[in-house]
Amino acid sequence: MIDMQALQTLAWTVLKIFIIIIPITLTVAYYTYAERKVIGYMQSRVGPNRVGPWGLLQPFADVFKLLFKEIILPANANRFLFYLAPVLTLGPALAAWAVVPFSDWMILADINASLLYVLALTSMGVYGIIVAGWASNSKYAFLGAMRSAAQIISYEIAMGFALVCVLIAAGDISLKGIVQAQQGGIFDWFWLPLLPMFVVYFISGVAETNRAPFDVAEGESEIVAGFHVEYAGAAFAVFFLAEYANMILISALTALLFAGGWLSPFENVPMLGNTMLATPGIGWFLAKTVFFMFMFLWFRATFPRYRYDQIMRLGWKVLIPLTIVWVVVAALMVLLGWIERGA
Amino acid sequence: MTIIELVFYLFSTVLTLSALAVITVRNSVYAALFLVLAFFSSAAIWMLLEAEFLAITLVLVYVGAVMVLFLFVVMMLDINSERVREGFARYLPVGIIVALIMAGELMFVIWTKGAEKLPLLPGQTDAGSNTAMLGERLYTAYLYPFEIAAVILLVGIVAAIALTHLGRKPQARYQDPSRQVSTRREDRVRIVSMPSVVADQQEEDEA
Repeated sequence: MIDMQALQTLAWTVLKIFIIIIPITLTVAYYTYAERKVIGYMQSRVGPNRVGPWGLLQPFADVFKLLFKEIILPANANRFLFYLAPVLTLGPALAAWAVVPFSDWMILADINASLLYVLALTSMGVYGIIVAGWASNSKYAFLGAMRSAAQIISYEIAMGFALVCVLIAAGDISLKGIVQAQQGGIFDWFWLPLLPMFVVYFISGVAETNRAPFDVAEGESEIVAGFHVEYAGAAFAVFFLAEYANMILISALTALLFAGGWLSPFENVPMLGNTMLATPGIGWFLAKTVFFMFMFLWFRATFPRYRYDQIMRLGWKVLIPLTIVWVVVAALMVLLGWIERGA
Repeated sequence: MTIIELVFYLFSTVLTLSALAVITVRNSVYAALFLVLAFFSSAAIWMLLEAEFLAITLVLVYVGAVMVLFLFVVMMLDINSERVREGFARYLPVGIIVALIMAGELMFVIWTKGAEKLPLLPGQTDAGSNTAMLGERLYTAYLYPFEIAAVILLVGIVAAIALTHLGRKPQARYQDPSRQVSTRREDRVRIVSMPSVVADQQEEDEA
């Protein structure tokens, strides 16, 4: 029969899942606030400032507004798939966090193939979008879904090859091992030897999450709101939650793969010795993640939206050839000893 | 019954039912989605065997890429299920023969080797992970079959492109991205300085 110990492990795991998911949900709430504030100041506005001090309660006002709204089912929509789609988007976005190491011991599931796991799960998010577009029985929604599917598949290839370079440099396929391979100060992190891959990965990450300047799947000016045009209330909120959770995930992964994760940038600086600044810890990981999260907002305020054919050209004719070349370059760098493997 | 067995039976039930649903449901989009569910359940079963790499690759390749394209096509096509049904009786004998051959082959493997004697994948506790071992086998002992398979896939890609690519049409207009990018403001906007006298004159005329 089922023994007590297994049950205890199960309860403990569920508790840990909540410890991860609740902060992520809160971060998503305040990420939307930060987005409006940051873009506001970049455009010489002040952003939300009415609800609570400095507008700090704005996310909660938004959430309650969305929760109390009616979920409208369009005529002739496929009821089951219409309601399933938001869940399909949110599920992978949260499940990927299971293998993210927050520090050298803070990790829910320390599996060996964790990098592949993350790649597999992020590629599944597209189902929610396609199913939403089809089940809505709307032309705009379907167009958005088509664009999104094509875009995600295209950029996944470049992303996969960029990750291959990281694997070659680290000699390990688990996220924890990849971070440990980057030990020894800011210039030992993989962003330097794999600089083009770092850029390609982040661009692909922005494209995979359908964010500006790659947000043609939503494309307000052409197809209204794309795949979620027919969604209202809580169902729309779930799409929103998934999109922002994915952005945070991509930021966290970039921090882990290219910026040394929880490692300190000032390791091996003789003056600092063993002070706070030189010790690795979750604080460094969070700081790096927040930096990359800020980049997402910065991009949105800076770049105009790409045209659809430009997106396809960039993905297939620029990024993919570049990554294929850099796989060879990275292998040579390891062979010549420019990258120390498993330091 | 241990938890592992319980999980195994759960996933194999889902796998069998969804595989049945793939060929029985009327809506072709549902059929494609059931196929996704079937892939996912089989990946979960592989995961129980501690074959992490294979399980995740199954999800990554089939669920993440192949089925997305499949769904894409199925959604665009307007499949008439009545016409598909007409051919059912005609193709049934062929289907049965193929199914019998496949079942026979499976039985043959199990009978000759014995179900218990089939080697399991080495677990994670053995020297290194089985991901590393798989890679080592694939790139040493089975290098030629692996490369031949890759070349066959490449030939397939080239053939597909050759069949669909019709070459550049002489009268069609194409965009040149490098010219688009190098466009400067001066190419598009001409700033004309107009003497203010003209405006004054206009006012006088209106008056």
